[in-house]
Amino acid sequence: MTALTAVAARLPARRYLLGAVLAAWVLGAVLLSGRDTLALGGAELTPLHGRVNEVWDTVDDNRNSNPFFLYFVNYIRLVLDESVTFVQALLSQPSFGRPVPVLGWLGVVAVAGAVTYLFGNLRAALLTVAGFVSFGLLGLWQESMDTLALTLTAVAYSLAVGVPLGIWAGLSDRFLRLVTPVLDFMQTMPTFVYLAPLTLFFLIGPASATIATMIYAIPPAIRITAYGIREVSPVAVEAGTSLGATPRQILRRVRLPLAKRTIVVGVNQTIMAALAMATIAALIDAPGLGKTVLKALQTLDIGSAFNAGLAIVIMAVVLDRATTAAGQRVAGHARRRIEIAALLGAAGVAVYLAYTYVWAAVFPPEADLGPYVRQAADSASVWVQDSLTGFTDALKNAVTYGLLNPLESLLAGSPWWLVALAGVAVAALLGGTRAAAVTVLGMAALVGLGLWQDSMVTLAATLVATALVLALGVVVGVWIGRSDRADAVLRPVLDAGQTMPAFVYLVPILGLFGPTRFTAIIAAVVFAAPVAVKLVAEGIRGVPATTVEAARSAGSSPWQVITKVQLPMARGAVALAANQGLIYVLSMVVVGGLVGAGALGYDVVAGFSQHQLRGKGLAAGLAIVVLGIVLDRVTRAAQARSGSTKEDVWRVER
Amino acid sequence: MTDDPLLRVRGLWKIFGPKAERWVGSPLSRRELKEQTGCVAAVRDVGFAVRPGEVFVVMGLSGSGKSTLVRCLTRLIEPTAGEIVFDGEDVRRADEKRLRELRRHRLAMVFQHFGLLPHRRVLDNVAFGLEIRGSGKQERYRRAAEVLELVGLAGFENSYPDQLSGGMQQRVGLARALAVDPDLLLFDEPFSALDPLIRREMQNEVIRLHREVGKTMVFITHDLAEALKLGDRVLIMRDGELVQTGTPDEVVGAPADDYVRDFVSDVPRSHVLTLRWVMRDPLPGEPLDGPELGPDEIIRNAVRTVLSADRPVRVVDKDDLLGVVTSAEILEMIAR
Repeated sequence: MTALTAVAARLPARRYLLGAVLAAWVLGAVLLSGRDTLALGGAELTPLHGRVNEVWDTVDDNRNSNPFFLYFVNYIRLVLDESVTFVQALLSQPSFGRPVPVLGWLGVVAVAGAVTYLFGNLRAALLTVAGFVSFGLLGLWQESMDTLALTLTAVAYSLAVGVPLGIWAGLSDRFLRLVTPVLDFMQTMPTFVYLAPLTLFFLIGPASATIATMIYAIPPAIRITAYGIREVSPVAVEAGTSLGATPRQILRRVRLPLAKRTIVVGVNQTIMAALAMATIAALIDAPGLGKTVLKALQTLDIGSAFNAGLAIVIMAVVLDRATTAAGQRVAGHARRRIEIAALLGAAGVAVYLAYTYVWAAVFPPEADLGPYVRQAADSASVWVQDSLTGFTDALKNAVTYGLLNPLESLLAGSPWWLVALAGVAVAALLGGTRAAAVTVLGMAALVGLGLWQDSMVTLAATLVATALVLALGVVVGVWIGRSDRADAVLRPVLDAGQTMPAFVYLVPILGLFGPTRFTAIIAAVVFAAPVAVKLVAEGIRGVPATTVEAARSAGSSPWQVITKVQLPMARGAVALAANQGLIYVLSMVVVGGLVGAGALGYDVVAGFSQHQLRGKGLAAGLAIVVLGIVLDRVTRAAQARSGSTKEDVWRVER
Repeated sequence: MTDDPLLRVRGLWKIFGPKAERWVGSPLSRRELKEQTGCVAAVRDVGFAVRPGEVFVVMGLSGSGKSTLVRCLTRLIEPTAGEIVFDGEDVRRADEKRLRELRRHRLAMVFQHFGLLPHRRVLDNVAFGLEIRGSGKQERYRRAAEVLELVGLAGFENSYPDQLSGGMQQRVGLARALAVDPDLLLFDEPFSALDPLIRREMQNEVIRLHREVGKTMVFITHDLAEALKLGDRVLIMRDGELVQTGTPDEVVGAPADDYVRDFVSDVPRSHVLTLRWVMRDPLPGEPLDGPELGPDEIIRNAVRTVLSADRPVRVVDKDDLLGVVTSAEILEMIAR
């Protein structure tokens, strides 16, 4: 193998070989178009999918007799279900024989405001109060509280697991080495993929939703806690040790207090991740706003989707600001007791009112502005679609006919063996022997899963979306990297883009373009672009000022500085942006399935809703993972080859 | 000063790297060892004794192993071989618990980068060592306030470290070490991070404290002037090895090798050397009724007396006449 690589390395022009492979592929595709494409219709199944269905049925039948389920899985499900139900009883659902939850809207608003003020500041508290009231105004009080209940439960469990593990990983190098690849895997795996297997064990509903949310939300908790523990100044630790502190004293009195601020950042990230996933978990019947959006998307009800999406955005902003304020507060001094007492007293009165009077328990229906919002969104969507048709259609057609269709017919329309062969050759040329080996295995897995053609359709859309992400990343990234003003204006937008749950993007895009493959691509681009832009901007900023100055003093035009100095020197960052862009785009495949992307995304979504398609949905989820692993490995290997690997960059970005 | 040392170190080695203990006693130089085994010998066969009440300075350039050496003394870094006896007790034999006891009650360290806890007030930083060993709140605050007064930081109890200047932060570090009332104070380049003026002020502070509280000190520095100014005795290290141990005037007056000679060549000798170094036997017939001075009188301080005397100055220890000094010797020494 290595001999082969050595030969390959000595071949003078890899790019010519690459060109030759692509040319042969295109030629073959034209000649052999439509043959051996391994197509599989939407409702068709392979024997494998059938067998998975059978296994699933067997599990369902034995759920209450098999000891593994009876004494282990079912207990976990019970505990998680009960936890969510309990928080729902406090916040959102009629409970304890009362027609209303324990904390009515006034109680929740008061408690949320008080807590935010105590741990954060007045501004964040006012924002919290306004945000919570707006849930009621949008007519989505109960749905919002359901989402909040699920999020808070998942966050509580995530932190209970993640923070101790993070502390451990912060203290022990061995444990960190052990846990890092697991976290990498948890975070690279497209979010929707583990929903299906989870329902196999925990059924649909809050338990599966909580676990799915935890899988997504625990990695940042562990990583950032570990980072916080590790970055504590070694001098402070040494000073403590030299005074005779025990390891436990060092942890409690030096490391934890010094890492507190970073750990709060971890809590913030955990909460944002949990909220994003809690809305997505609507696919497996999680209660809350996600469900409202999902239903609206399925019926193409733009107004309702926008209304609920707005509530999600508000919740994201409120939770983000509140925890950020808490992080800034950590370093400061404690509040005075009298202040705390007064605040808790006021909150207590509000809670009592909400417990006693209907007006404080149930958000007044006459204040429901939801219908107006829905109507406004609907008419805005109609207006935009009508008046921008020329532009949006041109864009849609350009991308669809110019990029997507040719690529799709190349990948999905030509014989599978030709595509596989060409794919392995490209991987070998770009990434070397190991990348080629991974590609061979991946291709074999895709064929084995019986979803070859769907995978290729998804791959085509993914590649197009990634290309757009990268183009956007380079253009905007260079702009932000070179201009402080652009940075100041655009960075908050990017930050917001990254904290928004994925569902929310779909609504306006769907409003603009209607349900098509192109819509799914745009949604993926919007989701993935902020990361790519930030990485490229970081790379551009990382170019030493003296180098740029030297180029300028030699008389380079701005364009020359960009193309000959800054971009080449930021090559590593651009490659990383491509890799991360791919991963992010892939994680939107299932969301794309909701708005007309078809292929693997649709298979997964259909698997959630139709009994006989469960096996196929599971296989489609696996196919997405396989695509992810292959693309990740090949791009990383290619990047390593171009001599710009920065392992530490990978770590930080995740 | 009694002859019983408070701290005695013998044959101390610290080698970093795989299977380090194998290379203890190796005659290879540091570079050879690194090339052949991949191990780094930070400290090689160092031995010295510190007398009670003494300020013992370890001086060396960066990379000479001095910081490793001082950390080996309290086993913040575990030595590879050798003997460390503190007040009759073998420190290397101490188990975890005993070692903690030693650190809590008898040894304290001041660090180059202070190592203060930014989330605690100055008072709590100073009380940290007492808190670690379980003193009650009232007692430790009382003691901390006392020590803060001693280091000249009274009034800053409620400040946070980042509100203080570098020099003041190091005073907090010093106070934290003094608060536990240790028998031995270890200083790891405590003033290297400070600017020259503050550094001089802090050196004088240490001298004052030493006079007031009389602690035994081991002081690490890369600054020769600082070493000569503070040290009762100075140990010079190079590449992990001991080059010379002696009083400041011994080091300057009789350098052990070219390395030390080169090192001390810029030192104004009259500021360090004593009359002992320039006196000579009286010539026959020389008048011996001139003024009297002790042999440990620093030359700079004796210049006026010697130059203004019209006959040789007698150097006398107790009642013994050790030699005489005239303006000729003084001028020759200064001119050199």
